[in-house]
Amino acid sequence: MIAVVDYKAGNLTSVMKALQALGADPQLTSDPAAVSRADKIILPGVGHFAATHFLETSGLKAAIRERIAAGVPFLGICVGLQWLFAGSTEAPGISGLAAFPEICDRFGPGRKVPHVGWNSIAVRTDSRLFSGISNNSYVYFTHSYRAPIANATTAVTDYGGPFTAGIEHDNIMGVQFHPEKSGEAGLQILRNFLEWKPC
Amino acid sequence: MLTKRMIACLDVNAGRVVKGVQFVDLVDAGDPAEVAARHAAAGADEIVFLDITATHEARGTLIETVKRTAQRLFVPFTVGGGIRTLDDAAAVFDAGADKISINSAALARPELIGEIGAKFGAQAVIVAIDARRTGREPEKAEVFVAGGRTATGRRAVEWAREAEDRGAGEILLTSMDADGTRAGFDCGLTAAVSGAVQIPVIASGGAGNAQHFTEVFREGKADAALAASIFHFGIADVRALKEELQRVGIPVRLPC
Repeated sequence: MIAVVDYKAGNLTSVMKALQALGADPQLTSDPAAVSRADKIILPGVGHFAATHFLETSGLKAAIRERIAAGVPFLGICVGLQWLFAGSTEAPGISGLAAFPEICDRFGPGRKVPHVGWNSIAVRTDSRLFSGISNNSYVYFTHSYRAPIANATTAVTDYGGPFTAGIEHDNIMGVQFHPEKSGEAGLQILRNFLEWKPC
Repeated sequence: MLTKRMIACLDVNAGRVVKGVQFVDLVDAGDPAEVAARHAAAGADEIVFLDITATHEARGTLIETVKRTAQRLFVPFTVGGGIRTLDDAAAVFDAGADKISINSAALARPELIGEIGAKFGAQAVIVAIDARRTGREPEKAEVFVAGGRTATGRRAVEWAREAEDRGAGEILLTSMDADGTRAGFDCGLTAAVSGAVQIPVIASGGAGNAQHFTEVFREGKADAALAASIFHFGIADVRALKEELQRVGIPVRLPC
């Protein structure tokens, strides 16, 4: 079962629709018990980093951590990617999963914020999540905070400097952009996640 | 590199895409779901669905039409027209919209911008501004509501700034002077608004050819440009327009 975690931040209809169009049968849930039974977990989310506090108080964070340790593939989208890091200056008191030690930060001055629209991704050739995606493909972003480049970064985008557009470490994956809104390239990335099996 | 967006707009009346000149002589341009899918396949970066149905009774049909249109659309999808409350917005999001666009309702009660933003995220709230020049200076262009029939006495630049402060994610700026003319966007007005805010500005009204898009991206400092009739009736093809823009050095999403 594919669990799409609903932590009461924004609208998840588009993510569900894209997964269904790919033949999956995702289950939208806020229940830690459902997450504990999942074979794959997707954490979408738009909005404020503070919304991830719900994951902590609801017991979802503990359930996700336990499933990830058991080898279940996990994909964070947008704020869901940022949550894989230690935290964000958007909500300094709230900690992420800390699978990656860096901190997310706001885009610097000199450019329009939020970063909205189609931007290109430079993809690492050994990436599994971006398998079949040509380098410099365009995907759709909408966000004001971004994750720095980390060792596990597999896709990089530039907007007043490089940031992490995609990250992968074993079964932990994240994308800053919205694959459900990124045309064929986005659907291919979701398909890669749905077909992901441990090495 | 972040690209300039080309947005196709569907004006929908009673469940059908229509196009008229200055809101008269409406011509049927097809089924919204089919037209949206066609535009996305042709390379449109986003789809905007504008409900121009005047009657309240037709709102139920609207939700069904939005749902059907969103079903297999995997590019950003905005719905506007007739959204007056948080509940109206929630119904449209539930039907599959990624963003909503509000116009008159935001002017009548500006708190609505923040209310929708708090629930669905600022990125999901577009404030649409219909503006008309009152003289040579674009800073003095005035905001109109009710399909351009009612003057508000407010300046477009100042209202855009307030909308940003209240949490709008983008501004959709329509020049009423240019709308329907196919003679080019109002670049002066667009530049004045784009320079006044930090959030992206979508220029609308007056698209006729590739040169117009080049001008509005360069001189108008627009982040995106929207057009309707030139796409529906095959006057211009999105992909061909993008190729022309790329030739003159404007970043666009190609291949698409």
